Amino acid sequence: MKLKGWKELKPGAVVTEPGSALKFKTGSWRAFKPKWIEENCIQCMFCWAYCPDMAITVKDGKRGDFDYDYCKGCGICALECPGKKGNKAIVMEEEGR
Amino acid sequence: MGQKSGKIVAVTGNEAVAEALRQVNPDVSAAYPITPATEIMQRFTAFVSNGKAKTEMILVESEHSAMSACIGASAAGGRVATSTSAQGLALMWEELFIASGTRLPIILALVNRAMSAPLNIHGDHSDGMGARDCGWIQLWSENAQEAYDNMIQSFRIAEHMDLRLPAMVCMDGFIISHSIERMEYLDDEAVKSFVGEFKTVNPLLDIEHPVSYGPLILTDYYMEYRRAHAEVMSKVKNVVLDVAKDFEKISGRQYGLFETYRLDDAEIGIVILNSAAGTTKDAVDAFREKGIKVGLLKPRLFRPFPYEEVGEALKHLKAICVLDRADAFGGSYGPLFMDIAATLFPYKEKPLMMNKIYGLGGRDYLPEHAENAIAELAEVAKTGQIKTFKEYIGVRE
Ligand code: SF4
Ligand code: SF4
Repeated sequence: MKLKGWKELKPGAVVTEPGSALKFKTGSWRAFKPKWIEENCIQCMFCWAYCPDMAITVKDGKRGDFDYDYCKGCGICALECPGKKGNKAIVMEEEGR
Repeated sequence: MGQKSGKIVAVTGNEAVAEALRQVNPDVSAAYPITPATEIMQRFTAFVSNGKAKTEMILVESEHSAMSACIGASAAGGRVATSTSAQGLALMWEELFIASGTRLPIILALVNRAMSAPLNIHGDHSDGMGARDCGWIQLWSENAQEAYDNMIQSFRIAEHMDLRLPAMVCMDGFIISHSIERMEYLDDEAVKSFVGEFKTVNPLLDIEHPVSYGPLILTDYYMEYRRAHAEVMSKVKNVVLDVAKDFEKISGRQYGLFETYRLDDAEIGIVILNSAAGTTKDAVDAFREKGIKVGLLKPRLFRPFPYEEVGEALKHLKAICVLDRADAFGGSYGPLFMDIAATLFPYKEKPLMMNKIYGLGGRDYLPEHAENAIAELAEVAKTGQIKTFKEYIGVRE
């Protein structure tokens, strides 16, 4: 994407295009990567509610895999995930290992 | 318009500013009391309670919250005003940058007061000077009339579609805020049509056109936004002059970027802000009678500072004394001195310059202080020698 010069900017950095956060991919911030263990997932949607970005994909009311373009690796989903019988459905793994 | 239609009154500076606010009738005001600015909002909230202003008054728990609420209300699409002094302005500090960076035309009446510690409630310029580089417009006022006139003009300036910048109107604490002076109020109708209807830009309350305020701007764009801010600041002076022309039509009073007094044919000059300029003009007259060609320059638009115009007005002088009612600690000169020196920096031939720090924490600025400075300037002009570049005056050794 070509970066704009200062004359082309909207005064006050006001964002006038709704939903433009879609264009801002935070995946490159990640140092830890969440891994979904589907067999432990009870489809409670806690991860979807807690995720500060839009990295939890949902289709037909069911949780799908992570969208790593938007996952910044904060680990909130892994912390909040109740899992099944004490076995977490999300675990964090170090990136680049 | 074109017809003068005022009312002569005897009021304090605070009363005059509260009256200007009643006449402008902003949509929202959020404020927290602090001496000596308290009376402005005390009087203004009384207007609101008595139905004389339709403003939504938000009484908050701190100045940080006051400016935050002003920012929210301004982004929502309202005309917004507040008032403070000294530590109150300091507590607004982070919000000041957010208001200017977000380009919200909030109006703030700043009653200049010394910064603590030691705790002091009296007039000096250390509060306004501390906020001089936060991207706001600053208009400084010598007396109640100028404070009232600047308040009314500030709405037109700040809200101008080419600018959309917050503006601070400064006047000296107690000396002006609490002293009764004879001055003229404009008619309600004249003020109303002068400021006009508030025009919104990207208001949050326009739900048909959703917008987001305050995004994160990192290394890829922050510098471009700051460059754009420098550019919009450079447009302020022309708007200030245009608004002053319109204001003259309704008031008969002339305003510029700064005021000059007997300066054109002067050989030596004093530069001084706000109320002390009045005392100094009397001293200028007295020395003129003795045949000493002295003049005065009093900045009005202090931010953005009109460097070229001020330099042009001062460059013919042999010697200048800049009087500062604030110091810039760190071994350097006072804040006004540094700007005046910068205006003359481009010239090969320039006046000799000295700096005196006066009146801190409300210490009286006496006619003899102005007289001593002028006498010293006359000597400097004659000998070409400066003995003391910077000193405190009116202080016990
Ligand atoms: S690690 Fe953070 S950003 Fe990534 S999916 Fe989990 S909650 Fe969302
Ligand atoms: S929080 Fe855990 S259990 Fe709940 S939906 Fe997400 S992955 Fe599945």
